[in-house]
Amino acid sequence: MIYAEILAGGKGTRMGNTDLPKQFMMLGSKPIIIHTIEQFLINGKFNKILVCCPKNWITYMQDLLKKYDLDNGDIVVVAGGSTRNETIMNGCKYIEDNFGVGNDDIIVTHDAVRPFITQRIIDENIEASKKADATDTVIVATDTIVESIDGKVISNIPDRKTMYQGQTPQSFNIKKLVKLYNELTDEEKDILTDACKIFVIKKKKVNLVDGEVYNIKITTMHDLKMANAILMERDK
Amino acid sequence: MINQSYRLYSPKQIRIEQIDERVKENDVIIKPIYLSICAADQRYYTGNRDKEVLKKKLPMALIHEAVGEVIYDPKGKIERGTKVVLIPNTPTEVDDVIKENYLRSSYFKSSGVDGFMQNFVCIDRGRIIPYKKIEDRIAVLLELMSVVMNALEHFDHYSHMRKQTLGVWGDGSLGFITCLILKKTFPNARVVLFGKTEEKARYFQFVDETYQIANIPDDLRVDHAFECVGGLGSEAAINQIIDYINPEGSIALMGVSENNVPINTRMVLEKGLTLLGNSRSGYEDFKAAIDFLETYPEASDYLNNIISEEVIVHDVKDINRAFENDLNNEFKTIMRWKV
Repeated sequence: MIYAEILAGGKGTRMGNTDLPKQFMMLGSKPIIIHTIEQFLINGKFNKILVCCPKNWITYMQDLLKKYDLDNGDIVVVAGGSTRNETIMNGCKYIEDNFGVGNDDIIVTHDAVRPFITQRIIDENIEASKKADATDTVIVATDTIVESIDGKVISNIPDRKTMYQGQTPQSFNIKKLVKLYNELTDEEKDILTDACKIFVIKKKKVNLVDGEVYNIKITTMHDLKMANAILMERDK
Repeated sequence: MINQSYRLYSPKQIRIEQIDERVKENDVIIKPIYLSICAADQRYYTGNRDKEVLKKKLPMALIHEAVGEVIYDPKGKIERGTKVVLIPNTPTEVDDVIKENYLRSSYFKSSGVDGFMQNFVCIDRGRIIPYKKIEDRIAVLLELMSVVMNALEHFDHYSHMRKQTLGVWGDGSLGFITCLILKKTFPNARVVLFGKTEEKARYFQFVDETYQIANIPDDLRVDHAFECVGGLGSEAAINQIIDYINPEGSIALMGVSENNVPINTRMVLEKGLTLLGNSRSGYEDFKAAIDFLETYPEASDYLNNIISEEVIVHDVKDINRAFENDLNNEFKTIMRWKV
């Protein structure tokens, strides 16, 4: 079985003065999250699409799905957790409780606020996940990455040719993800904000899939303005 | 739903645009599999169109020859994975007399409206036709075949019944397909190709005779002719046809020219010739093209020979490479669409 998990746990605290979480803000004709869900819906390879959002926004999310005619049985809204990884785990738990988890079952997790995801990226995530325990979506780094441990002086400048910028989706074998996560200590859980990193520190293979420069994450008001600026109406 | 359109902004400059796609009630969503480059696309790409035309029509996604698979039907009626050919002509009215491709109100993909170079294509379900027994890379030639089917319908309707010798001027892809369809449709007719070079004529082994245009026997005559040259060669080709055609023959004009073409109207009048204008195609022509390939499976083998190059396309760089290479390819350049 193949599942999608749209991560909409964010409460919009980086967005400015708004109380509306960023994933619900309008991008062109629809809320950001609706654009994102649509890409997973038309992909057609998912047995279920989980949308994980803050508990007090679940009803709002369900109303949105109704409003945009997406309230068919393919999509379920699940409560997110307090961290990104906990949100992912809540989704895995929902799958386990409701459908059971087979050895080859995979989950494609994606930021709700990356609505410019393409079918190719989704398809390649699914394919790569069949060959490795985990898959990350990346683009080559265009800026030089500078490392500073104390935040004052440079401790290292890694070779840009080997540097990539992480995007999403990140996709996992569900059983292996849950097992590795449960093996972590509380301190490790606090440090490991990126689910793929759990596999990396456990020396497991993580495949790479090419993302797109435009598969941007809408995090700030500036991002939203940019996203609205590049999105065009089909005028002809 | 967000879509990406690969639009030509100015000659050789293609940019990816994010489109806020409004899926209409009757639309289905198609993921293109193969796209094929047409001379018309190439004229936009290289900027060989009038400046005013470029200013009016660009930015625009090119390509009107495409096959793909249905990835999503909001109505749930067409099965996912169904292979379809996409019809670029989009009528906005129904006319009982005039064909859809001649209605001035019709839109045509990659001529003023976005063509098929997009991540996915939202298209009315009445503008796709499923195919089953045809290879995808051959099926992408269905649009060009449908153009010939449209011309043949015209020819059938307006030309006199003596069809012993049919001449085809032009040794490009359109000429090849015209010869192939004529040979199968009129098995008793003598199909004669008039081409420019001996090298290209070698591809046309299935026709009855081939001649180089600089070396046609004086006494050779054709009952009807198909002009598949276009461009700067139009004038010479049409006037040569007028010289070699029998009285009351019909000349099916199929090649597009950017400039007005002076032709020997005195002889058109003296011989009582009929000039038939042909452009593009409609739904029924696509059906006829699919029927043709399903009826004559060996035709696919012939068509395979005019795919000069298949370019796998992941990004804009690959698209540019496909268009650049196409300029030097003898026949068709097709793109395996993997963006």
